[in-house]
Amino acid sequence: MKLKPVNIFLFMCLAFIVFSSTIYIKPYILNKYKKNPQLIESSEGRLVWQKYNCQSCHQLYGLGGYLGPDLTNVYSAPGKGELFINAMLKTGTPKMPVYHLSEIEQTRLIAFLKTADASGSADPRNFTTLYNGMILAK
Amino acid sequence: MNESNQQAGKIYLVTALVMLICGLIFGVLASLSYIIPGLWNHMLGFSSMRPLHVSSTLFWIFLGSTGCVYMGLQELSQVRISGKLAAIQWVLWIIAIIGIFYSYSVGKFGGREYWEFNPLFALPIAAAWLLFIINFGKAVKAIKNWPVYIWMWMTGLVFFLFTFTENYLWLFPYFREHFILDTTIQWKANGSLVGSWNQIIYGTAFYLMERIGKNQEIGRSRIAYGMYFLGLLNLMFNWGHHIYTLPTDTYVRYTGYVVSMTEWVFFARIIYLWKQSVTDIQKNYHYFPYRFLMMADIWVLINLGQAILMSIPALNLYTHGTHVTVAHAMGTTIGINTMILLAACFEFLGNKCITFHPGNRWLSFPFWITQISLLVFWLVLNIIGIKKGLWQMSQNQKPFNTMMESMSGWFSVFVYSGIVLMLSLGILAFILIRAHVRCREKQKTEKQIQVLI
Repeated sequence: MKLKPVNIFLFMCLAFIVFSSTIYIKPYILNKYKKNPQLIESSEGRLVWQKYNCQSCHQLYGLGGYLGPDLTNVYSAPGKGELFINAMLKTGTPKMPVYHLSEIEQTRLIAFLKTADASGSADPRNFTTLYNGMILAK
Repeated sequence: MNESNQQAGKIYLVTALVMLICGLIFGVLASLSYIIPGLWNHMLGFSSMRPLHVSSTLFWIFLGSTGCVYMGLQELSQVRISGKLAAIQWVLWIIAIIGIFYSYSVGKFGGREYWEFNPLFALPIAAAWLLFIINFGKAVKAIKNWPVYIWMWMTGLVFFLFTFTENYLWLFPYFREHFILDTTIQWKANGSLVGSWNQIIYGTAFYLMERIGKNQEIGRSRIAYGMYFLGLLNLMFNWGHHIYTLPTDTYVRYTGYVVSMTEWVFFARIIYLWKQSVTDIQKNYHYFPYRFLMMADIWVLINLGQAILMSIPALNLYTHGTHVTVAHAMGTTIGINTMILLAACFEFLGNKCITFHPGNRWLSFPFWITQISLLVFWLVLNIIGIKKGLWQMSQNQKPFNTMMESMSGWFSVFVYSGIVLMLSLGILAFILIRAHVRCREKQKTEKQIQVLI
C-alpha cells in the first residue's frame, strides 16, 4: 500500500476510534456500571452543578474556574464536609451569591460532591513523581 | 471571480469580528470580579459573565474559521459554494447565539465548560456545522490533489462535529453515572475540540502564506504534511495532559504525555521558512496580513516552550488548576488563533476594495499595543499561576481566600492589561468592520452609476 495522505489519515482515524472505544466501554467491561440509587442521585447532582454553573468559579480535579477553590475533596476535608457545604449554599460569601437551591437540589449536589471525593484526591501534595516525569497518587 | 461570490465568507468574518468585540468586553467585565469581589452578584453574576466571555470568544474562532474556509474555497474551487446553504448555516448560528446569550443573561445554564448553555441550543450549532460540511464537500470535489490546507480544513470540520457530539455524551446516564469516565470524556472532547479548530486556523495560515507568497509549493511540501499529521496526532491523543491528576487509566495519561511532547515544532519552522521566501513587494502589498502572521509565529514559539513544559506531569502538578493554564489558553487563542484570523480578515476584507496602508497609524499603533499588552497579560497570568502553584504544593497552606487576597496587586495588573488589550484589539476589529461596510457602500454606488450610464 502506497503511503498516500488518505491512507495515513484513515489509519489514524481507525486508531482513534479504537482508543476512544476502549475508554467508553471500560466500565461496562469491568462490570463497574451497576445501577444503584447512590450513582443515580450523584448523576442528578452533577446536573445541579451544571444548572447553577458552579464550574465557572470552582474546579473538580483542577478543571473549571479559578475564582473559587477546588471542590473535589471538600466533602472529606478537615473542618468542612456536608454541614459546611450546606452552610455555604445557604448563606453565600462576599464573592459567592446565595443560589436558593431547593432541598432536593441541595441533597443531590452533596451526593455528587461525595462521589467526586470518593473517586480520589485532587491535592497535588498527594502525588509522587516517577523517574520518567509521570506522577502517581500516593 | 465575482465579488458577490465572496459575500458569504465576508459575512462570517464580519459576524466573527462582532463576536470578538463582545468577547473582549465580557472578558474585561468578568475580570473585574478579581479586584472588586462580588461586583456582579446583584446583576448578571460572574457565573453569567464568564460563559458570555468564553462563548463569544469561541464564536469568534468558529465563525472566523468558517469565513476563512469559504473565502478560500471560493477562490480555489471551480464550483461555487452554495450561497443558500451558507445563508441557512449563518441564520442557524445567529439563532443559537441569540438563544445562548439570552439564557446566560437570565442565568439559565445546564451545560458544561465551554458549552454552559442548555443542550437544546447545541442543535442549531450542530445543524449549522453539518451544512458547512455538506457545502465544503460539494466544493472540494472540484479540487484535485488537495494541498495540505484542504486536508486541514476537512479534518477540522469533521472532528469539530465529532468532538461537539462527544461533548454531549453526558446526556446518557451510562456516562454521567460514572464520574471518572464522564470527566475523562469531557476533557477528551474539549482537548480534541481545540485541536480541531487549530486544524482549520493553521490550514488558513497555510492558505494565506500561499496566497501572499504566490508559491503553491508551501501547501504541498513534505514538512507541511508532516506538520498536518503531527497536528492530527495531537488532536486525537494529546488531551490526556489535561487530566494527569484524575485517577483514569495509566495508558491514557502516558499517551497524552508522549504525544504532547511533539507539539507545534513544525509550524514555527514553516512560517520561518516562508518568511525567507517572501519578497519585499509582497510584504508591502500584504502589509498587515504579513505582520499578523509574523506575530503568530513569535507567539507559537512562546507558547511552544510553555506547552511542552506544562505537559510534563511532574511540572504539570504545579501548574494544573492555576492561572498558568489560563496564560497558555490566552497565549494560544489570542497570540496564535486571533493573529492568524486577523491576518485573514485584513487579507480578505481589504485588499481589492479598500487598501490598508502600511503608514496608517490607526492600525500600526493598536497592532503594537496589542502585542505589548498581550505580553504583559500573559506574563502576569503566569506569575499569578506560579504563585498559586507554590501555594497548592506548600505544607502549611494558608486559606484559599488569604492566598487570593495576597495577589490583589497582580490581579490589578491582569485587569488593566486586559483593558488595554480590549481597546487595541477592539479598534482593529472596528476598523475592519467599518472597512467592510464602506466597501459595500462603494460597490452599491458603483452599480447605481453603471445603471445610470
